[in-house]
Formats: sequence, structure tokens, C-alpha cells
Amino acid sequence: MAFDRSERPRLPRAIKILVAGGFGAGKTTLVGAVSETRPLRTEEVLTDRSVGVDDLSNVEAKRTTTVAMDFGRITLNDEYVLYLFGTPGQERFWFVWDELAEGALGAVILADTRRLADCFPSVDYFERRGTPFVVAVNCFEGAPSYELAEVRLALQLNPEIPIVMCDARKRDSSREVLITLVKHSARLRAEPVG
Amino acid sequence: MNTTDGPTDEHWIDPEIIRPYVVTRGRTAPTRGRFDLISMALAIGPPPGPDAGLDPEHLSILRLCREPKSVAEIAAHLNLPAGTIRVLLGDLFDRELVSAQEPQSEVDMRDVKMYRAVLDGLRSL
Repeated sequence: MAFDRSERPRLPRAIKILVAGGFGAGKTTLVGAVSETRPLRTEEVLTDRSVGVDDLSNVEAKRTTTVAMDFGRITLNDEYVLYLFGTPGQERFWFVWDELAEGALGAVILADTRRLADCFPSVDYFERRGTPFVVAVNCFEGAPSYELAEVRLALQLNPEIPIVMCDARKRDSSREVLITLVKHSARLRAEPVG
Repeated sequence: MNTTDGPTDEHWIDPEIIRPYVVTRGRTAPTRGRFDLISMALAIGPPPGPDAGLDPEHLSILRLCREPKSVAEIAAHLNLPAGTIRVLLGDLFDRELVSAQEPQSEVDMRDVKMYRAVLDGLRSL
């Protein structure tokens, strides 16, 4: 039969985690720190119909916009591959976020204490969408250091949302952030896993 | 008067925008399937001969997909937009030259086995 593919090799199933946060918060750094290769970049070409109308209302000709996303891969086992996607920074690309967030295991929101307000849109977005997320405060040298409780208060995070410190350049530290997210997501959607 | 075909100072049409549409002959949606950004593809069957009517980009995809690759990875390696890759993968899927695997869906996110696999995988990094 033409579409009987049962004899063919089994393909791994892909899972994705999103890495959000303001410009320069270290999204691509974190992706690169835990991925098996250096971060790759994929682009979606969009015509003006898919871009926010307000943005192009004064433009006569059809225009195209390219949205770039950095991502990395972690091969977990024969059954699963994990992809980490840095979300496009500009808020007019919300519809790209919608596509990315669909079916995501969860999201890491990277916060930079020098520009804490930059991660408000991400917190709002994932709260509204019901995507499990954790906040990771990326510790930049020279940045003001705050207690996690202070950051939680500033971001008005619900008490059940995990918040951790991290150094996005370091593999171990970034991996701990991901583990925190996976446990949190499992608790919300399935059952607690150790 | 400028009658040459050579490059001029002003590019009215960005070749980076045009190439994807030339590659797909103007098609913007695959004939079959949805191909998510993280749908996985794997080349199957014997390599197609020169009379198979495939373009160089199709052949590049088949070469890349000797190991399972996502749409996003193929797009990154071939430097083409993901939408273009979806169309080309649709062609290859139609000819039974690739098999595809949809990603873990929102519903499957209740599968505790999946969470354990992800945790184990991350811990062994």
C-alpha cells in the first residue's frame, strides 16, 4: 500500500522549549551553552498580510519581512529530540510566538536585572497562553544583584512559578534552568517527576 | 541608457526574497501535510536517479536527512526560509523519498514518560 510506512525506520519525536526575554538577555547564549552544536538560525519570510497591519498602513507596496530565530538541538535518546528556540524579540511578531508556543513543553524567561521591564511582555504572554514557564535571572557582571524575592515581586510572579539565578554562558547552570522548567511543567500538566 | 543585464546600484528586488519562490516555482504551501518547524524528516528508499525530476534543493534535503532532521535544521543548513523547506519536503513526501514525524503535541504534554525522558537526557549532558 502506498502509505504503509510501518516497515520504515522510526523517527524521533521532537519536543521544544522556548527561551524568551528581552534583547541582550542572553537567549542565544543559553541555547548555545546546552546545545550539541552551535546555535542555528532559521528564517520565516512573511508578507504584509501576516505582519501587523498597523505597522504597514502607510506603505503602498507589498512588503516582506524576515523573522529570524536562533535555535539549538539536544538529542535525548532514540525516541526524543529536544529543540530550544530563542523567541524573536520584537513584539510585532506575536503570531510567530503563537506558532512556536503551540505544543511547547514550556518556556524559560531570561531576565536581566539592568532591564527587568524587558521581560514583562514574555511573562504576560505565557501567563495568558497557559504555557508553563520559569524565570531565570541571568547574572551579568556589573549588574545590580537582587534577591530572587525582589525580582519575583517586581515581576509580580505567582508564588508557584519557579525563579532561579543562572549564568547563561555555563552549560551546568543553563541545564539546571531547563531541569527546573521540565519539573515545573510535569507538575502542572502530568504528575511530579524527580 | 542602461541596457546591460549586469547588477545596478539599486536592487529593486531583493534576491534573498526571490530565491525561495523560484525554488518552489511560486508555491507557498506543501501539497501534503503541515510540516511544523520541528517536524522530523528522514530520507528513505534508494537515492533517486537523475530522471526523477528533482531540483538540487530536493537532493540537498535528501542528503541532509540521512539522519533525522527537523524542518528548522534543514532550513538553517540550506539557508532557505522554513516555508520553502515545507514545500520541498511535501514534494519528497509525495514521492515517498522521506518519512516524517509530527512533533509531540499539546495533548501529549500529559505523558509523564516524556518528562522522565527529557529529565534523564538533560542530566546526562
